[in-house]
Amino acid sequence: MSGPMSEGSVDPRVLAVDELTKFFPVRKGLWRRQSTVVRAVDRVSLHVDKGETLALVGESGSGKTTLGRMIVRAIEPTSGQVRLRGDDDTWLDLTAAHGEQLRAARRTFHMIFQDPYSSLDPRMTVQDIVLEPLLYNHLARGAEARRRVLETLELVGLSARHLHRYPHAFSGGQRQRIGIARSLVCNPRLIVCDEAVSALDVSIQAQILNLLKDLQSRLGISYLFIAHDLAVVEHIAQRVAVMYVGQLVEQAPTDELFSRPRHPYTEALLSAAPIPEPSRHRERIVLRGEVASPSAPPSGCYFHPRCAYAIDRCRVEAPVWREIAPAHHVACHRADELTLTSGWIDTDPTATKVPV
Amino acid sequence: MNLLELHDLKTYFFSDEGVVKAVDGVSLTVGEREIVGVIGESGCGKSTMAHSLLRLVVPPGEIVQGSAVLTRKDGTVTDVFAHEPDSAELRSIRGNEISMIFQEPMTSFSPVHTIGSQIGEMISLHTDLKPSEIRERVLELLARVGISSPEQRYDEYPHQLSGGMRQRAMIAMALGCRPRIVVADEPTTALDVTIQAQILELMKSLQEQEEMSAIYITHNLGVVAEYVDRVYVMYLGRVVESASTEQLFGKPLHPYTQKLLRSIPRPGKRVDKLDVIEGSVPTPIGLPPQCGFVSRCPSALEGICDGAVPAMTEVEEGHFVRCFLYDEQQEPKDEWADV
Repeated sequence: MSGPMSEGSVDPRVLAVDELTKFFPVRKGLWRRQSTVVRAVDRVSLHVDKGETLALVGESGSGKTTLGRMIVRAIEPTSGQVRLRGDDDTWLDLTAAHGEQLRAARRTFHMIFQDPYSSLDPRMTVQDIVLEPLLYNHLARGAEARRRVLETLELVGLSARHLHRYPHAFSGGQRQRIGIARSLVCNPRLIVCDEAVSALDVSIQAQILNLLKDLQSRLGISYLFIAHDLAVVEHIAQRVAVMYVGQLVEQAPTDELFSRPRHPYTEALLSAAPIPEPSRHRERIVLRGEVASPSAPPSGCYFHPRCAYAIDRCRVEAPVWREIAPAHHVACHRADELTLTSGWIDTDPTATKVPV
Repeated sequence: MNLLELHDLKTYFFSDEGVVKAVDGVSLTVGEREIVGVIGESGCGKSTMAHSLLRLVVPPGEIVQGSAVLTRKDGTVTDVFAHEPDSAELRSIRGNEISMIFQEPMTSFSPVHTIGSQIGEMISLHTDLKPSEIRERVLELLARVGISSPEQRYDEYPHQLSGGMRQRAMIAMALGCRPRIVVADEPTTALDVTIQAQILELMKSLQEQEEMSAIYITHNLGVVAEYVDRVYVMYLGRVVESASTEQLFGKPLHPYTQKLLRSIPRPGKRVDKLDVIEGSVPTPIGLPPQCGFVSRCPSALEGICDGAVPAMTEVEEGHFVRCFLYDEQQEPKDEWADV
């Protein structure tokens, strides 16, 4: 995972997830006996480097939110390990941490939620909302704490005049800024953004994306960016991991994934997204059927019932996760022989120009 | 020929804080076999406009002005707004001439009736078919929209269907009486991208086969670019620009449209910083008569743009814009200007 680094043997990772798994039991019948399990997340391994954004894409039910929540330990994993690097560069096993240790670790990572309307307490002022994590983690108090709150608010584009207002007085974009300020105030190393911009209007979305990028370059934070909008992902992430029915199917540097996807599902995802350029005509791959149920996944490769390239082997044998090119991982039997096109990158750059 | 001509629609909400001018003078036409797109951000009035078309606006909302002239299947011409919301005439238009596909298929179906009975109900209201023929028709519709094993789905309840299936059932219901116009309010916003592609392709092929017209109401510029013939851009209750899809994306005129198109991340073209529209949409209560975009517009002219409402003018053939940068013509003040 961590290859030879240019600066000696410095490991750039801040988050390492190994074989993380979550099975939710399904109980049925009179005695609530466990009948089956929902394989929400199934042996997922990934890592996030310092100052890097890893995007996690997938459709609803793919387990991306469950994975994000397990990483911040809002959900207990069934098995696997989440490790986070602390302030003193030592690894902390989050899955094994308890009590005071977990509480202390919690200030190094944070989560930003999708809905800026329901994720803020309507009865707290902005100052109290942003102050709360500082007080809870005993990082600062009194005037010093208030100074840090104000500094953080200014960082996200709000000011002192907003301090004593309540969330209802703010627009969606401003509320998301408050949510970001609350996540930032403890100087975390990692922020898990769960669909942080999908509920926002396009013009506001651009403001928040710029803010997230700007904060990253100034503060060196890492993001795990959970999203379904591929254009947004291409804009913000250095690497992208694609999930399908609880498993990773492909992971690669952003440009490589968008120009040369190796998994048929990635190809279909890229092809399905409508592109806001009417002069560009491309072949659309419309997938048959729907996302498989994680409680009764198909045999072999989970994607085979919808895959146009499926062969007999795909129906019986689950593909292994392998490195097909440097830093490019994929789980597909036919990844070597298939030449997939995304239609995402404009092959004829003269045909389309960005307007004005 | 235009199937529908919406003229100067004003739908206001009379709230305690003041009059919310949700739709403030929208004119729009739908031609035969044409797909018209309405884009805008939340709060721009696009959904209220759609609901007004079928007179689904409830108090404190009220259509205070406007006409919607519809050419019916039998060739007669009628003004939708001339009928009372619960009159027989209007009920003969809803579902039969103009039908609607709502955003959230889970909440727009009744949870306690089967899919089959809900679609069948609409057909029985508008036709004289016998129950057995209605069942036949529903099964045929379900099959047409790509629902597997329609016989089984007929007797299922909405919660037993997945999101994509429910949206298909919704489309089957909307098509039940072969309407001339389908109004789709954010038809795919709640769906995943692969399912969204299925639904949009389905609507496109059905629209071609049935020779229907459609109004797509959406905030997704990608959907507009790929599926729509002509676009109306709405901001703060007014149409600020309208043009063919190629014209609008190729040469946007209104500063809002220009900014909007530049603020979206473009596939395959990564930039360091996205263009943003500073500030946010003002609340449409008690605003003076001015261009709605003036508070966020980089090229606003002091004393001009904040002094009057610009009129819609045709800058090139079929390309209309409401902006003082192109024409000084003003919208005449009406009795509602100062409330």
